[in-house]
Amino acid sequence: MPFKPISQKFTDFVIFRDDSRCINCEVCVRQCSYEAHYWDDTRQRVSFDSSKCTGCHRCAAQCPTSCLTIRRNPSEFRENAFWTPAFIKHIYKQSDTGGILLSGSGSPAEKPVYWDNLQLDASQVTNPSIDPLREPMELRTYLGAKPDIAAFEETAGTFRLKGEMPPQIRLEYPLMFAAMSFGSINFNLHKAMAQAATELGIVYNTGEGGLHPSLYGYGANTIVQVASGRFGVHKDYLNAGAAVEIKVGQGAKPGIGGHLPGEKIDEEVSRTRMVPLGSDAISPAPHHDIYSIEDLLQLIYAIKEATRYRVPVSVKIAAVHNAPAIASGIVRAGADIVVIDGFRGGTGAAPTMIRDNVGIPIELALAAVDNRLRDEGIRNHASLVVSGGMRCSADVVKAIALGADAVYIGTAALVAVGCTLCGRCYTGKCPWGIATNEARLKKRQNPDVAARRLANLIRAWGHEIQEMLGGMGLNSIESLRGNRDKLRGIGLNQVELDILGVKHAGR
Amino acid sequence: MGKKVEIDAAGVYYRQLNEQIHTALENGADTVEIFNIRGQRYIGNAVEGDVRFILHGVPGQDLGAFMRGPAIRVEGNAQDGVGNTMDDGTIVINGMAGDVLGYAMRGGRILVRSDVGYRVGIHMKAYMDKSPVIVAGGKAGDFLGEYMAGGAIILLGMDTSKPEAPITGRSLGTGMHGGVIYIRGTVPRYQLGPGLHFEPLTPEDTAFITKHVRDFCTEFGMDAAMVLDADFAKVKPFSHRPYGNMYVGTN
Amino acid sequence: MKAPDTFWQFDKDISGCGVFGVIDRKKNLISGSMPISAMCTMHDRGNGLGGGFAAYGIYPHHADKYAFHLMCDDQTSLDKAEKVIKEFFDIAESQPIPTRKTPAIKNPPIVWRFFVTPRQVRPRWEHLDEADYVVSVVMHINKTVAGAFVFSSGKNMGAFKGVGFPEDIADFFRLDEYNAYIWTGHNRFPTNTPGWWGGAHPFTILDWAIVHNGEISSYGINKRYLCQHDYECTLMTDTEVVAYLLDLLIRKHGLSKRMASRVFAPPFWDEIDRMPEDERRACEALRMVYGSAMLNGPFAILVTDGKSMMGLNDRVKLRPLIVAEKDDMVFMSSEESSIREVCPELDRVWAPKAGEPVIVEVEA
Repeated sequence: MPFKPISQKFTDFVIFRDDSRCINCEVCVRQCSYEAHYWDDTRQRVSFDSSKCTGCHRCAAQCPTSCLTIRRNPSEFRENAFWTPAFIKHIYKQSDTGGILLSGSGSPAEKPVYWDNLQLDASQVTNPSIDPLREPMELRTYLGAKPDIAAFEETAGTFRLKGEMPPQIRLEYPLMFAAMSFGSINFNLHKAMAQAATELGIVYNTGEGGLHPSLYGYGANTIVQVASGRFGVHKDYLNAGAAVEIKVGQGAKPGIGGHLPGEKIDEEVSRTRMVPLGSDAISPAPHHDIYSIEDLLQLIYAIKEATRYRVPVSVKIAAVHNAPAIASGIVRAGADIVVIDGFRGGTGAAPTMIRDNVGIPIELALAAVDNRLRDEGIRNHASLVVSGGMRCSADVVKAIALGADAVYIGTAALVAVGCTLCGRCYTGKCPWGIATNEARLKKRQNPDVAARRLANLIRAWGHEIQEMLGGMGLNSIESLRGNRDKLRGIGLNQVELDILGVKHAGR
Repeated sequence: MGKKVEIDAAGVYYRQLNEQIHTALENGADTVEIFNIRGQRYIGNAVEGDVRFILHGVPGQDLGAFMRGPAIRVEGNAQDGVGNTMDDGTIVINGMAGDVLGYAMRGGRILVRSDVGYRVGIHMKAYMDKSPVIVAGGKAGDFLGEYMAGGAIILLGMDTSKPEAPITGRSLGTGMHGGVIYIRGTVPRYQLGPGLHFEPLTPEDTAFITKHVRDFCTEFGMDAAMVLDADFAKVKPFSHRPYGNMYVGTN
Repeated sequence: MKAPDTFWQFDKDISGCGVFGVIDRKKNLISGSMPISAMCTMHDRGNGLGGGFAAYGIYPHHADKYAFHLMCDDQTSLDKAEKVIKEFFDIAESQPIPTRKTPAIKNPPIVWRFFVTPRQVRPRWEHLDEADYVVSVVMHINKTVAGAFVFSSGKNMGAFKGVGFPEDIADFFRLDEYNAYIWTGHNRFPTNTPGWWGGAHPFTILDWAIVHNGEISSYGINKRYLCQHDYECTLMTDTEVVAYLLDLLIRKHGLSKRMASRVFAPPFWDEIDRMPEDERRACEALRMVYGSAMLNGPFAILVTDGKSMMGLNDRVKLRPLIVAEKDDMVFMSSEESSIREVCPELDRVWAPKAGEPVIVEVEA
């Protein structure tokens, strides 16, 4: 092997092949999109280059004789709690190239996860728990602005609503598929999410890459996103969905724009986004027509006019320090839904420094925003949706107890269809066929199969949410929403408990 | 033998009343008639043997709980918890009864002339020849026969204080994995709990219903032929492992 | 209003227990001995740590004045409370609530009553209507005067409650000497705040009185919702939210009692989906707007004001409630035997359906 610079020697992973089982079928060579496996003509057998391995496990999953194991590279640096290997390797790369560190997937940094420090209640004796398999357990949720008072007209044995309710999205589960742009992931996955959302009675979000024409049929279960690049935004697009979402920010990269590398722009992406084939698609950092809160009001109403006030308008921000005040401003600017994306949110490509060091945990942001909106008496005027690291249904239940109306799941949805969080989404060579637009790779995702897996996930989580609700003696999700009394903190300090509005376990 | 004891329950706390009952039984009584009952609880609780009770007034919670063998007749309405985990015997209520009747019943029979409340016949169970039966002449509330594992419920919907109400409520038989529910009349599909369906009656069903309805009508002086001259719906689970596919192991 | 800084630091008790109510449609007066006997029959539904009654029509000579019932730890707190009341009200009469010494009731607080009318010139809250003014002052006293609680504040009605079995509380307050056309009674089984007189039922605000059997598992969010609408829950018992929600929904938002019942115990979505379109839209809007006011968990509540009594169960009827009629009287109780005890012959007896209110009004 020719001499390699130090940055390429200390690879993260090593491939191990059990030669007694290998039959040289070359499946691994075909499956690995990073060319870590190759046919060695001289030795007439399959060989590998560990330095190309990203630990995605595609080869091990596909190998017919299960002869492959992917291991963390045991050649370790000397233990150093301060200069961990990641920092060392990052500097190697930057001194090689002079580049900004870029990562895919949400922040893996070891920082506090508040979900893991919150425990849920259950009923014992004083209140019966409810078995959701046998008794009614309601998860239906409506997102949109609601009036503070509803007036009714009652006549001989019947009653009706006086006036009209503002437009709403109706969800059969408090779960939605998060915004992942067409371009960062491919069409097969968008189709799968559209199908699954329609079947389940929930919605998916187009992300900032526009909506492919063949998916307009699923519009009733689609939220169309308008981001700073305004990709694919036109009148029909705005009117195609059940809601319009203005993306101001994203948890993985608060304050900076987006960058879809040219490798990921194929024919369809180019057409939908209206950018040249193979060139990078840049989303500016701010919307250039929103430099102050009143500008947001202007844009919100521009969209309401364009959609003739038929659908709710949502605004998505990253969870930053001043989130409560910003959220209050957004609600007063006319938004019907406020989405807050915590720093654990996923991404196809974000500068590593920003991803790991900017933004705050969604648990704290959610609690603070919910408190602030209630204190100001405007909590009813917009629904609150959170995202950025819901890993399981218990996280969802805790989010609702803290005050969320619903959650978006992004990373979890991709994991459901095969993602192993190897984090190389920015190369456009995702071997699982997810974060890639290459023809031979994207066909590894069959939309019908993917749709079934997504529906399975949502149904499984839905059942689990029902079990947890029933265990608490609740038979309807309205009674959990904002009910902090159903949570207790463990291992949290008083300040954290104060912000979350939760008592410590034992109290 | 025929030794009868009469007890006046007026103003007697349930503890003392039940002790009086036990004393009477220990002294060889086989019939106990009690007057002026006002809500005293646990009458007939865990009483065993071939004994008859006649109760006047409104007995309190858990009448005949854990009872094994005796016959109780109430001249009046009963409250909640009648026949709670009853093992064997008969309870006849000449009136209406409350919620949670026959919970976890494992044998014997309860007959109620008119309406019964919510959650009637939860988790009734049967084994070999021990098979409990509940017959109610009026209407029932939601969750009738929840979790049923064996035994039978017959609901007639006739003698009722709520003529406009449906014969029974939502979540009928929810969680049922054994046993059978017969309803005189029709019940809309959407009232059935998950995993249940209607089945046509077999000759065995008809014989079963006839037998119990005849006994019921004898107790309350009604015309059995008139009651039986109607269609009965039969509700059964279509699997005894309805939740077999719910789970996936993590390890 | 802004939630207090430590809004989540509360201890809350639950209301496992028994309830009883009787109303005479023609406003014939019923002696206190009737509800007392009825409650005695249900003695075992409580554990002696709370009992109480509400009565309407008991102060005919002061029918136009608000009757404030106070319980105070000591004379100092009573004096402080009186001072505050004087700032906001003219006091027509001020007297101890007549009591009788009984060994079953230990260490009672001082119980006092004031018959008051709002002052012409108000030191605060001039812009509020009279009812909101009274509510504000009552909440102000309960929050700021240490050791004093106003536990009823309606006209020609009063609540009588404390730590003890209901029959003992009735004995203490000499309820056998009162006559009323509406009575409710409550027997409590508290587990969290034993020994606190303020925690017993009924809970009152203005003319409303609530007695409640069950536990409200949605309390955490009901409380926050009320705070957003300027009601602060201070009495550490979940029943408090029922009283304030009724005042908010009915008096302030103009909902009827029937619609308010639908907020507390809404129909299920699958039932709503099957309704005719007008009703379907109305129920959908009701649940969307008032979801945080839904009462989850088992409950049977009796709600009274000067003109009516309403009984309501949760929507899967996890608690018992029986309604009975005899001539002009209508009874509602946790157990039929308690009704038979005081009225052996009844014209009609039935159990109401889950989530459907039974509303009885006095004839005009």
